[in-house]
Amino acid sequence: MLIQRRPNGTDLPFPSEITPREVYEARRRFIARAAASAVAGSALWEMANREAFAQGDAPRLSAKPNPALSTTEQQTTFKDATHYNNFYEFGTDKSDPARNAQSLHTRPWTVTIDGEIKKPLTLDIDSLLKLAPLEERVYRLRCVEGWSMVIPWVGYSLSNLIRRVEPTGNARFVEFVTLADKSQMPGVRSPVLDWPYVEGLRMDEAMHPLTLLTLGMYGQVLPNQNGAPVRVAVPWKYGFKSAKSIVRIRFVKEQPRTSWNLSAPAEYGFYSNVNPDVDHPRWSQASERRIGEDGFFQRKRKTLMFNGYNEVASLYAGMDLKKFF
Amino acid sequence: MAGPGSKQIALIKLSIFLLALVPFARMGWLTGTGQLVEPLEYITRGTGDWTLYFLCITLAVTPLRRLSGWSWLVKFRRMLGLFAFFYACLHFMTFFWFDHFFDFGEMWKDVLKRPFITVGFIAFVLLVPLAATSTQGMVRRLGGKRWQWLHRLIYLIAPLGILHFWWMKAGKHDFAKPILFGAVVALLLGMRVYWRMARAQAAARG
Repeated sequence: MLIQRRPNGTDLPFPSEITPREVYEARRRFIARAAASAVAGSALWEMANREAFAQGDAPRLSAKPNPALSTTEQQTTFKDATHYNNFYEFGTDKSDPARNAQSLHTRPWTVTIDGEIKKPLTLDIDSLLKLAPLEERVYRLRCVEGWSMVIPWVGYSLSNLIRRVEPTGNARFVEFVTLADKSQMPGVRSPVLDWPYVEGLRMDEAMHPLTLLTLGMYGQVLPNQNGAPVRVAVPWKYGFKSAKSIVRIRFVKEQPRTSWNLSAPAEYGFYSNVNPDVDHPRWSQASERRIGEDGFFQRKRKTLMFNGYNEVASLYAGMDLKKFF
Repeated sequence: MAGPGSKQIALIKLSIFLLALVPFARMGWLTGTGQLVEPLEYITRGTGDWTLYFLCITLAVTPLRRLSGWSWLVKFRRMLGLFAFFYACLHFMTFFWFDHFFDFGEMWKDVLKRPFITVGFIAFVLLVPLAATSTQGMVRRLGGKRWQWLHRLIYLIAPLGILHFWWMKAGKHDFAKPILFGAVVALLLGMRVYWRMARAQAAARG
């Protein structure tokens, strides 16, 4: 270490370098006050949000934020995102999943990956968690019913998994199958859909970096009512395209026969890209209500093409999206 | 049977009035205290459901009266019918306000474009003259016979209301509730048809 000698021959500072007492005292007061108010402020903030963001004692998942693929819009509160769900395996009312999904056992859990691939696999949740580095991505979620949320998901691009199983040339679509177990899922006793719930994507959609194999949200493992322990999140499509509580991923040649499309083909197309210009037969898709923000006193907000994810537009170049809705 | 006296009738009326406001108060309370994630949807569904409940209750008065012999039940019919109209108005308002934010042109486009809304809207419009002529004065002015004919519109309004609900639920094949409402209304209207036929037969036999 270099010790510089003062030109005045001593180690004492020059008088001009000494901070006057009143100045340093003022600085100290400022720092102390700032620290105190930061502590108090964050405590208040925490108290105010304890209810809204109460996340129980679910295991945390550490994930690296991916700002490039995240929106900076205000996030939906954890409470709203976990108490307003469409997950018909637990009932058709949007408050049913939060009430009924506690009967779902998410461990042990395996996902069978088969079909047109060179390396069929069965993975448990721990292997899935380790398959690729976890990222946090804040996505808009637009439900086909005309409401939306903003949710910080945790997962990685599904393409990581797809590359690993080496699809053959015949793999043109990916099919996702949700668990359908009457003993854990009371809604499966109802004939409202043909169980198990099946969803699907075209191969290029499944390979798109935005398509997220999702294992958590809000920094913790997925709550049961949000599709625990593993689901997909496809942010440019209506929410029902993102299969929850997946037990099987199958690579197929033909377009999968997906649940809502089978149930009401005129209302729910296979593609179901968010599209303000193609109405649902029973309502307009031109606008949406953001849960927790848009209330009684303002107009609904405009829905964006592909839910604002224009980077996927090239996947559909040349396609008539009114026909392939 | 003599039935309750005028004091008791007044008391029952007051009780029905207060009870009929409970669903409305509950929606207000849950919304005001922030207990609902999506109050607008809850209110839209709730007011629609309660319109149908009150239509059924109103239509049940005459059969109940005939089966029980309690002719005084008719004294509550007007109020029950007006509560069906009250919830129908709220239901329509939720549509005009929450869905279209008071944009009349947009609302009208929706009414014309979507059959389930068209049907619901017709049912609501048909309820208006019934509510408007519900007073004693209007009964007198129209004359009992004409008034009765006008108010038979309810036999059209109730099935239209159920069709509206049925089509709304059809997309998700969720027919449990529409079937229940449909069965109740079919039963209530079917009893009237049955009695009418029985009377016609009796008259024919002389």
